Order: sequence, then C-alpha cells, then structure tokens
Amino acid sequence: MMSSEHCPISLQVNNEKLILTVFPWVSLLDALRDKLNITGPKKGCDHGQCGACTILCDGKRIVSCLTLAIMKDGSSITTIEGISQGDLHPLQQAFINHDAFQCGYCTPGQICSAIGMFEEGKAKTRDDVKELMSGNLCRCGANMNIIDAIMEIKEMNSHE
Amino acid sequence: MNNFNYVKAQDVQEAISNVSGDERASFVAGGTNIIDLWKYNLVHVSTLVDVNHLGGDHSIEETEGGGLRLSAFATNANTAYHPLIEQNYPLLSKAILAGASAQIRNMATNAGNLLQRTRCYYFYDENTPCNKRVPGTGCSAIGGYNRIMAILGTNDQCIAVFPSDMCVALAALEAVVNITGPDGNRTIAFSDFHRLPGDHPEKDNNLNHGEIITSIDLPPKGFARNYSYLKLRDRSSYAFALVSVATALEMDGDIIKDARIALGGVAHKPWRITDAEEYLTNKPATREHFSVAADIILNGAQAYAFNGFKIELSRRAIIRNGLMALSPESQMPGAQPSA
Repeated sequence: MMSSEHCPISLQVNNEKLILTVFPWVSLLDALRDKLNITGPKKGCDHGQCGACTILCDGKRIVSCLTLAIMKDGSSITTIEGISQGDLHPLQQAFINHDAFQCGYCTPGQICSAIGMFEEGKAKTRDDVKELMSGNLCRCGANMNIIDAIMEIKEMNSHE
Repeated sequence: MNNFNYVKAQDVQEAISNVSGDERASFVAGGTNIIDLWKYNLVHVSTLVDVNHLGGDHSIEETEGGGLRLSAFATNANTAYHPLIEQNYPLLSKAILAGASAQIRNMATNAGNLLQRTRCYYFYDENTPCNKRVPGTGCSAIGGYNRIMAILGTNDQCIAVFPSDMCVALAALEAVVNITGPDGNRTIAFSDFHRLPGDHPEKDNNLNHGEIITSIDLPPKGFARNYSYLKLRDRSSYAFALVSVATALEMDGDIIKDARIALGGVAHKPWRITDAEEYLTNKPATREHFSVAADIILNGAQAYAFNGFKIELSRRAIIRNGLMALSPESQMPGAQPSA
C-alpha cells in the first residue's frame, strides 16, 4: 500500500483507542500535540537531541520527534498525561520533593524517560542512571536534583 | 522539507522493488537519521519504504560456524543488551551503549547504524559548499572550522568523519555484512563496507541503491575476556566521539596472542591498520608496545587548522585503551576512561 494522502491510523494513547488521519510526513510528536491535543510531550529541538518529546511506545522510551505517526500505526503510546490515574505517579511526587525542575519544559520527557529506564532494568548505580538519562537535557541546571529524584524512586523500587 | 509517500513493505523483495526503481526512494527503519536529515532539508525523499518489521521477532541467531547473525532490523538496544552479545561480544555491547541516547538506541536499527551520515557541520549547512551533500561544490571544512574532522584517509575533496561507535567495534571484530538487492545476495567484509572519500565523497559506503542490509555476521572470536571501548568527547555522554578506540586482545598470560584495534572519529570509515596488530602479536601487553602500535596506526595522519590535537589524543587513547583492555571490569559507564 502506498500512502501519500491523509491516512487513517489507529493509536492507543494513554489507554484510549483512537483513530486519526495523518499525512505520511507527520511526526508522532506533531500528531500527538496538534491532532490529539496531548501537549505533555514537548517540541524542544525537534531533532532528537534534547529528549523533551520522550514518550513510551509499546513500553519503550523513544523520542517522538524522529518517528512518523504512520510508522506507529497500531502502537500503544503513553505520555506524561497517562502515567498515572488519579494521584501523582511516584516519580512526579519525587520531582516535587527534590525541586527537580525550574521551568518544567523538560520534565514530561525526563519522567517518561525514567519510567522507560526502570523498565529496561539496566541502571544499577547512580553513575548508570546519569549515563542512561543523558538523552534528556535540562537547561535550567536541575540535573542533580533530577537524578536525586530518580534515585529515590529507584531505591524505593529495589526494596519492594 | 518536502512531502513524500510512505509504503509499509510486506517483505524484503517488496521493499527492494519499491526503492530500486526510484532514485529518490529510501528505506526507513528507526528513522533517527533519515527523518532528521529530511527535516534539515538535506535529503529529498520521494517515498519512504518502512522495513522496521521485516526482521520478525528474532534479533540474533547462532550461525553454523559458531558465530552470531545479527538481524539488520533489530534495534541497537536489543542488540547491546542481548545476553549472547553481553557475554560473548562485550566489546560490541559497550560500543553500542556509548552511542546516541537510550531513546535513540531503542529506535535505531543495526543496519541504520551502518548507514548513518556524517555529522560534519558543513554537510548540515545547506548554505555552504559540501562535496558530500552536493558533489563538485567543494569542501568547506578543509579551510573552515575543522576541529571534529578527520586526520586519516582524507583528501582535497572531503575530511568528514563517519560517526558510528557500533561500527568501530564491528570493524575490530571483523564482522561481515549480508546484503540483498535487485541482483540477488552478496556479502561485504566489514573493512570494505565503508569507504574513503576518494573521488566520490557523496558515497559513504559500497551499498548500491536498492540494496538492503539483511543481517550482520559476527565471527566466533568475540574477545570476551580482554576488550575495551574508549570514547573521548566534549561531554561525558550523548556526544559524538572526537576519538574512540575499540581494542580486543587475546592473551596468554602477559603475552598478546591476537590483537585488534580500530579507531572512530578520525576518518571517513572505522580505521584499522593490521600491521599494528601483527606488531603486537607475541609481545607483552606493555605501554611501550602499544605506543609503537599507535605510531603504526597513525602513520600519515594529517592535521588541519583546528584538529591537530586529535593526533596526540588518538595516540594516547590507543595506549590507554590497550592497558584498559587488560582489566575490562574497571571501565566506567559510557566508555569513559577507567579511574
């Protein structure tokens, strides 16, 4: 099938099944923000360099700016809006507790990325966390507090 | 940015037939490079042919000869974290994990890693001449700000470097690239896959239009006991290498029985000089011997106005990484120097 027109695709976004139409060249990030009004994922650089658009696609953290919406037809997407029902997600509370943001622009991507990192299960030490979170930039200078917040939840999870 | 068509190929043959007849058609897998280049208006694709799903569920299988076959379509993350890679080819795992970010490694595929374009500033700047972007226009890097550019294998047409980390390890491990195209199947030894600029700097590698990489074979020898990947860059993570070194040693006591050394960030392809490896064979793994090996590898290195530091940096990195390969467990995450 060749598509050059508006194409219908199906995405499960934050547990809601949605049908939308997109041109082939629309990024997943633009589809989420402009078609679905899901504005948690941020358009920081639009080139995969800052991580502000990080979302979970079928459970894996990816940058939504460097993939096309049409390539993710049938996928399950989780954004910051969908990580918790009701109360704050523990990571959201930890970010508040540790003063882990100033402007907050990178925060949705940071938190989605950290959730993806926990799922991967490869971060053992603080140095590992710093390395595996390096795809998310904070220009305010809250990096150390962001790592503190993530470490608090990581250590809490490891005692469960 | 131009508009384009999209095709989700049902199998490799359909993918090939969709790309081979159209010069501006391209395969897309992870998309982390080609979609970025399209956004910068540097590629003008007519059709993107999606091959993401063509690898099926298996990312790695064992070959009859005792090696491994990596699916071209597996992600970099799934490859780096696969138990067979972590255990038997840890140099490859380390090199992959030194590249890009966790998010991008979750998207980018093995074949896509081989096919990524240079990060030369001038290649990305539409307003400057670049023989790689528009053949025949000239090279802005040679007389420009060339701090990140090549010191080996350059000519007066192009001094860009190939930016991959994964490929530096694949060069050291003597991988083989399996290809399918309109004319059937063929294989290319890893050392012959990427090319020097020559008279065609616009060509990064020897893949023809319409050909697709289907898998990458690793020989049985994985150097799992003595290896190290050292990556030196402007920040400690998520940056391209100024210089990187993949070193693999087979030791018998203190004596090197087999050595592999490949460099990244210094040339238009992963740089490997087998004379240096032969020099090290049957010698003790000492600073002095790695120093001679470094001189052999860097013979003929040429500096431009701003990248002369790379020659000495490479020399020191080769020596240091040789010693680090003797104790791989000491290395910090992110292919940093051991403490």
